[in-house]
Amino acid sequence: MKQRNTLGPLVCGMFACLLVTAAVAIDPQDFESPQQEDRYWSLIQELRCLVCQNQNLADSNASFAKDLRDQVLEMMVNGSTDAEIKTFLVERYGDFVLYRPPVKPSTWTLWYGPIFLVAIGGLVLVLNLRKRRARPADVMADPDQEELDRELAEVEAEREGKNT
Amino acid sequence: MKKFWLLLPLLAFLGLGWLLKSGIGKDPTQVPSPLISRPAPAFDLPLLADLNRRLSRDDLIGKPYLLNVWASWCPGCQQEHPYIDRLAKRGEIAIYGLNWRDETADARRWLEFFGDPYQAVLHDLDGRTGVDFGVYGAPETFLIGADGTVLAKHIGEMTEEIYQTLFAPLIKAPSAS
Repeated sequence: MKQRNTLGPLVCGMFACLLVTAAVAIDPQDFESPQQEDRYWSLIQELRCLVCQNQNLADSNASFAKDLRDQVLEMMVNGSTDAEIKTFLVERYGDFVLYRPPVKPSTWTLWYGPIFLVAIGGLVLVLNLRKRRARPADVMADPDQEELDRELAEVEAEREGKNT
Repeated sequence: MKKFWLLLPLLAFLGLGWLLKSGIGKDPTQVPSPLISRPAPAFDLPLLADLNRRLSRDDLIGKPYLLNVWASWCPGCQQEHPYIDRLAKRGEIAIYGLNWRDETADARRWLEFFGDPYQAVLHDLDGRTGVDFGVYGAPETFLIGADGTVLAKHIGEMTEEIYQTLFAPLIKAPSAS
């Protein structure tokens, strides 16, 4: 048990190292400051590579992803804010480039759907639990002796039938 | 009321099934372009045939045209090229090429080998015009109206079917007005 606890983070760490080295190997960049480098990395991790659609710009090896990374860095160096860079890309490639799509009527299902479903599940659960809690109390409050006798007779008859 | 609750899982299942089914057959590479029915992005690029001559967006305003994005490294462009050639020969619509992220010599050799159906080919060496057009993978083809508006975009190889269903109806409508 203890071994498993240390193994998980270790494996995760190893994979994280792999990702970082792979990303750095793609295109080493000269940054003006560590803050700029952080900004660059967090921004390109939120942007989708359109060539290999399940990767972000940071992870993708596609040469077109490199073009867009260069574009992002160039705009950053020229003083554009993150929002301006995102707008630039959205105007050309649509919301699809954003891994975190904006909240608007067409994405309401995406953003609020899960909350809605969990709420329905919770409601059903609460109603069921209430019903279950109410049931034994009802039985105890109004024991129907006739019915109990009948049930008991049936069970006994069944048992005798099995024994013979 | 009790019966309704029993039906609920069935309804939920049908709803989920409908949702998943609606995704089948959708091509995830057909990313809707935000440029549709907006003015085409401005460009001013050298011509592949003669890098000293340039062509800009505003030079092309006046009649509708197709802008076909291609590159010599792109197998899909090679695939669709015979069709582009046939379409150009029909003379229904002017076709301009946007040679995207290519080497000048490679692109010229490609056209020599496969034929040059284009009115002119714009040479987008650094791919910036491509980015302005939201191009992410050649071949892509844009239909641009006489007033310079982007009317439609197709990602992937052009076929007669796509031309007839997506482009042809839009070409007739605006030019009549």
